[in-house]
Amino acid sequence: MSNLDIFFWLVFPYISLTIFVLGHIYRYNTDQFGWTAKSSQFLEQKRLRIGSTLFHYGIIFVFFGHVAGILVPKALFDFFGITDDMYHFGAIWFGGAAGVAVVVGGFLLFLRRVSIKRIAKNSSVSDYVALVTLGVVVLIGFTNTVGYTATGGEFDYRVVIGPWMRGILTFQPAPELMANAPIGFQLHVFTAFVLFAIWPFTRLVHVFSLPLKYLNRRYVVYRNQHTHDLSKLKKRKEFH
Amino acid sequence: MKIKAQFGMVMNLDKCIGCHTCSVTCSNTWTNRPGTEYMYWNNVETKPGVGYPREWENNDERKGGWHVKDGKLQLRAGGRVSKLLNIFYNQNLVQIDEYYEPWTYDYENLINSPEKDHQPVARPISQLTGEYMDITWGPNWEDDLAGVHETGKRDPNMRNLDEQIKFEFEETFMMYLPRICEHCQNPSCVSSCPSGAMYKREEDGIVLVDQDTCRSWRFCMTGCPYKKVYFNWKTHKAEKCTFCFPRIENGQPTICSETCVGRIRYIGIVLYDADKVLEAASVEDEKDLYEAQLETFLDPFDPEIQKEARKQGIPDDWIEAAQHSPVYKLAVEQKIALPLHPEYRTMPMVWYIPPLSPFMNALGGQVDSLSPDVIFPTINQFRIPIDYLANMFAAGDSDVIRNVLEKLVAMRSYMRSVQLDKPFDKSILERAGMTEEIAEEMYKLSAIAKYDDRYVIPKSHREDAGDMYAQQGSGGFDFMEACRSCMGGNQGDADPMEFYESGFWRELDEDSSKSV
Repeated sequence: MSNLDIFFWLVFPYISLTIFVLGHIYRYNTDQFGWTAKSSQFLEQKRLRIGSTLFHYGIIFVFFGHVAGILVPKALFDFFGITDDMYHFGAIWFGGAAGVAVVVGGFLLFLRRVSIKRIAKNSSVSDYVALVTLGVVVLIGFTNTVGYTATGGEFDYRVVIGPWMRGILTFQPAPELMANAPIGFQLHVFTAFVLFAIWPFTRLVHVFSLPLKYLNRRYVVYRNQHTHDLSKLKKRKEFH
Repeated sequence: MKIKAQFGMVMNLDKCIGCHTCSVTCSNTWTNRPGTEYMYWNNVETKPGVGYPREWENNDERKGGWHVKDGKLQLRAGGRVSKLLNIFYNQNLVQIDEYYEPWTYDYENLINSPEKDHQPVARPISQLTGEYMDITWGPNWEDDLAGVHETGKRDPNMRNLDEQIKFEFEETFMMYLPRICEHCQNPSCVSSCPSGAMYKREEDGIVLVDQDTCRSWRFCMTGCPYKKVYFNWKTHKAEKCTFCFPRIENGQPTICSETCVGRIRYIGIVLYDADKVLEAASVEDEKDLYEAQLETFLDPFDPEIQKEARKQGIPDDWIEAAQHSPVYKLAVEQKIALPLHPEYRTMPMVWYIPPLSPFMNALGGQVDSLSPDVIFPTINQFRIPIDYLANMFAAGDSDVIRNVLEKLVAMRSYMRSVQLDKPFDKSILERAGMTEEIAEEMYKLSAIAKYDDRYVIPKSHREDAGDMYAQQGSGGFDFMEACRSCMGGNQGDADPMEFYESGFWRELDEDSSKSV
């Protein structure tokens, strides 16, 4: 295992995750005003419709796919009697379908952003950086699924990348696992960690604002200037 | 009983001259920032017409407000689950083009143009793209009925009217409708916000957006049936009329009211029972909504109510203000002010006194010593069709409008007889359900309209308020302070002093070494 491997599969992931966590805490405490989904539907919606819907639903499914494939140990699948064939069938067909949705949707969103003047003129550098980085991660990941796993690749990420990732998260890193993974998977993992590092400084933060609270909130919200509990707000202001 | 105080406004449409001063002063005060150019928190529409944004009243399509479905009050655009499922693409969002694409002019060309055969012109430039554009729609495009023979047909208030006739030149009619946020008792925008960023102030009912909590989900814009929540396309946050709360808290009227040259606006508070609101907004028949909303208001003269209000923490000076409130007088006591589109079920708090149309004209100039049998039937022949007003202010119930117009006409004939010392048939007042005192008071409030009578605004009790610094940013609008350092934004921030230092005063400044 070379020093380069140590850097890529041990040092860099931790740097990236540190930025990810601290960056979010910092941004949340200092920039509530900038913390938004940055919707541009108000300026253009015809081209947004298919692109945004495909992309978002696709990527939610892809996220849960990654949880199942990486964070959940293979042993658990075995325990429930889900065979490799069953797993791979699901991963390739459902994961593949979600991947197609993400790739097509993301591509439509990219086209929209660059070709529609209103959107292009009102895009910031961070919008492009987020979109392109995400695009690279998605394209490499999708290529792995379609071009490698689905065509009978021998490599099983559930016994290599899964344990490696869980090792990182549980502070028992095993960089040697990743060192021997196929280059496609290595690239996917590396670019993903680049994405995590820039995440807190882009519009991607809106992922953490999915307003599930709305489901059991009363409709009309009142705020009282007098007795309203302001401690949380106050803390935020004091953070500076 | 949960007693709340609520600010309301009444606009006397008889006196609106459509000068747009309210819109201009509002815009100068609140919306002359990047991303807000297209917003008019206060706008004045000529009716009939499709308005701003186009066809905002067509809520069969726009899906604003509430409706009663399966006996329950529900958001027309869909409930909580449907909102979250459609969060990536709001099906019913009104685009900026429906308001208008904001533009400026290429003024530079007027100065820099070389000598030519023709005068240089300043071409319009889109503020969205920075490119030349053709203007095909804009604010007040329909001012004074411009183009309304076409667009007016799409005015939802024209339903059930004989359109063909009403757009004939000889039959045309028009009126002005100034609009601000209604600061509803049952706000559907607040209810539509998944983030809980919009809120109603418990003390005075003003509806605001917490800009620090807004996450750009844009359902408030769809939720508001009056289309009075706007989207700042630069900051990606919702913004709306704040009822000029910094002024209101200090006992001053809103800027639109303060500068209204026709003195058409009235501001005051009402006390209402918050526990009754849901029930009132849920009544089956749309035509009962007006009365149901009136039922929620509480009598500030009732000692029991006063006692309970005090117990619930409403200050004495606020109870007194509620007694002198012109809104309470016009809406509840005199019953001549009506809510705009009660059928949206949001229980709006900006009410309108419907216009009389050219009154003398309708009566052929013969207004002295008229009998009720002549006056009242004439009301049905007024230039502005009663059914049109009914569609706007009474969910289609023309009797409500007829009652109000009868009162206004009776008050005028009575006061005319008093002023000119002419005989007067008192049965006119009786038939309109009025007494001489009420007629007298109506006259004072609507015609004399003293500043102190129009605006009865209790100051907010800021001495009881929490940490105001901590509340910074939650009051409805904000400037672009998004994480500039980390976002790599492409808009440089203009330093207000830069202009000064870079030699704007160069000719006056002896030492030009510092200038550019």
